[in-house]
Amino acid sequence: MGRKLLTENINVPGIQSLSVYRQQGGYETLKKALGMTSDAIVEEVKKSGLRGRGGAGFPTGMKWSFLAKPEGVPRHLVCNADESEPGTFKDRYMMERIPHLLIEGMAIGSFALGAHSSYIYIRGEMMYVFHILQRAIDEAYEAGLLGKNIMGSGYDFDLYVHCGAGAYICGEETALIESLEGKRGNPRIKPPFPAIKGLWERPTVVNNVESIMAVVPIIKMGGDEYAKIGIGKSTGTKLISACGHINKPGVYEIELGVPVEEFIYSDEYCGGIRNGKELKAVVAGGSSVPVLPKDLILKLANGEPRLMSYESLSEGGFATGTMLGSGGFIVMDEDTSIVKNLWTFTRFYHHESCGQCSPCREGTGWMEKLLHKILDGHGTLSDVDLLWEIQSKIEGKTICPLGDAAAWPVASAIRHFRHEFEEYVKNPQNIKKDHHYYRVNNISPEFA
Amino acid sequence: MPKVTIDGHSIEVPEGTTILQAARMIGGDIVPPAMCYYSKLKTSGGYCRTCIVKVTKGSEKDPRPMPKPVASCRTTVMDGMEVQNTTAPDLLDARKGVVEFLLINHPLDCPICDQAGECHLQDLSYQHGLAKSRYEFKRREFEKIDIGDKIKLHMTRCILCYRCVKVADQVCDSRVHGVINRGDVAEISTYIEKALDSDFSGNVIDVCPVGALTDRTFRFKSRVWFTKPVDAHRNCTKCCGKTVLWMSGDDVLRVSARKDKYGEVEDWICNECRFEKKSASDWTIEGPRHIDRTSVISANHYEKKKALKIDVSNQSKIEERAHNPK
Repeated sequence: MGRKLLTENINVPGIQSLSVYRQQGGYETLKKALGMTSDAIVEEVKKSGLRGRGGAGFPTGMKWSFLAKPEGVPRHLVCNADESEPGTFKDRYMMERIPHLLIEGMAIGSFALGAHSSYIYIRGEMMYVFHILQRAIDEAYEAGLLGKNIMGSGYDFDLYVHCGAGAYICGEETALIESLEGKRGNPRIKPPFPAIKGLWERPTVVNNVESIMAVVPIIKMGGDEYAKIGIGKSTGTKLISACGHINKPGVYEIELGVPVEEFIYSDEYCGGIRNGKELKAVVAGGSSVPVLPKDLILKLANGEPRLMSYESLSEGGFATGTMLGSGGFIVMDEDTSIVKNLWTFTRFYHHESCGQCSPCREGTGWMEKLLHKILDGHGTLSDVDLLWEIQSKIEGKTICPLGDAAAWPVASAIRHFRHEFEEYVKNPQNIKKDHHYYRVNNISPEFA
Repeated sequence: MPKVTIDGHSIEVPEGTTILQAARMIGGDIVPPAMCYYSKLKTSGGYCRTCIVKVTKGSEKDPRPMPKPVASCRTTVMDGMEVQNTTAPDLLDARKGVVEFLLINHPLDCPICDQAGECHLQDLSYQHGLAKSRYEFKRREFEKIDIGDKIKLHMTRCILCYRCVKVADQVCDSRVHGVINRGDVAEISTYIEKALDSDFSGNVIDVCPVGALTDRTFRFKSRVWFTKPVDAHRNCTKCCGKTVLWMSGDDVLRVSARKDKYGEVEDWICNECRFEKKSASDWTIEGPRHIDRTSVISANHYEKKKALKIDVSNQSKIEERAHNPK
């Protein structure tokens, strides 16, 4: 059994309430943190080697130390709870089950950064989680854990939850800041980075829910102790939201460094492929990361087993590797059509593109239409080449990473599963007229 | 002062200059094209991605190249920076891709578009585009909207450069203009078609790089290359009063602001000058406007339209038919 740091108390009945959370030792860490200096907290987080859990994997301690600290200008910590990546549902699960852990983490993080008002930006579709968080915050205010002079330390801290209106793009940090300011959620052009000019042109740090929660065990056990968990530069534990054709879908907390094979097949985690089917492919970190076929996800190109860690999953670059991303682990069995799956992803990116810069605005729609054409049985081999060309023209040319996120799944699907596209093109008569077919063609089965 | 090298040409520029501005200081072929950047508007640029350049050396201190092409209009130069524009074939290929993206949803209605002849997208596609479109699906379409009685918004042609939004934000006194929806169905809107009610709203026509925002007092009056542009001025209490009159014989067909060689206005003009003063007697004419030799506008022979035996009165009917084939 791996160590559980975040999900240790998650099944304690009533853990959503402040009283039960405090019985389990909650807010003790905040007390400890308030007795430390803010620089010492940042130093602990640096020592822990915690890497951002939102997808990019940038070291959190480093991000915190980059924050500009001009005199007389307030600073902010913003929690990115706009979890919208298809396949990722870890943050929602945690906020729903154990909201006080996030509040404690926000208080510690804000104290470390010298922020007196901080924000949790939550995705619009998760309205009920918004209410859970708001209730927890109200409880914390009543108990004197938030507000003026928290726990008698002389530190004033206000925490607000803001509900977005349901846009994937608002998970990009500068778009999130724009949206929080009440504007249209368009990503800003960087530089300046949020650490210099973020929310209301003030220095801001934007962190993922899981990163902020992980600060609590780090301060509790010490950065050095935390760094011992995991493997290499991937320290600590990571929440993986496993879904797809597995026996036991759900959120699992793993110590980084667990072999992928063990994660998929052991009963402790996913419990194998459902209905005794064969594994076909895995999207290892949410829909944006490249899809890998069975032989490449289980083993590295040199035959060693692939591990669940930042480095091991990205071993081999995009030619034979993928990314840990946000931990949305989508498993596909042998019956899955990669082309159909890709169309679903591309449709999502088309729908969620903000429309600000041209490659993403026009390219995502074009890719969706081409995939639709191929699925419809009217594709040609040159369409597959064109698809490849379009994705290469989007990647790296856009303002924010959404363009890359839309391009990578297309690139990897063509790279590893080109034969499937060709099968659709060469034998359109074999296309199964299933539910998916009718949805692609926007027709109802009765009229087919 | 930071020194930057663009395609082998070095120049020292003041702190805070962008790569595009530095390239314009050098001038010539190395200036990257820009569809959304407008030097007179703050925070413009960065959207269209046509001005992307390759930075092969970040700076003297940190000589690493930048991993991705950067938008030259929003990237400030660093001392010792080395930039490739026309000398990098892979970059030109990437730009070609951007131009293709801009064109896939743009209608090919240049023959009936008022902007033809002074359209930046036309120039751009001649220089960087493909001869044939690879896009075979239905293009997005929008209803035409009247923004007040003087300005027409034809969203179908829009490339979402956000210039007009910035004009509404920065030049007009009250903002009633923005972008609604997202992705490839995002559109410029004045929210429930409220008129852009400001003395400077007409400037959105001048900043529009394509034919999405056109002057209703000039629509279908003439092709721009049949008109004769002359510099003129008048005493205006609201603006500088320095304009270009687009004349046909003695008639003033259109009044616009004076634009520099990058298609940017020299000074904003007010709606009174632009829409109301349509008689030559309102103006003091300075002389013929210098038009770039390569522009299609220079191809005119200052002849009377009748001599060309083209009946322009039918233009609006042709346009109606093209858009409503039924």
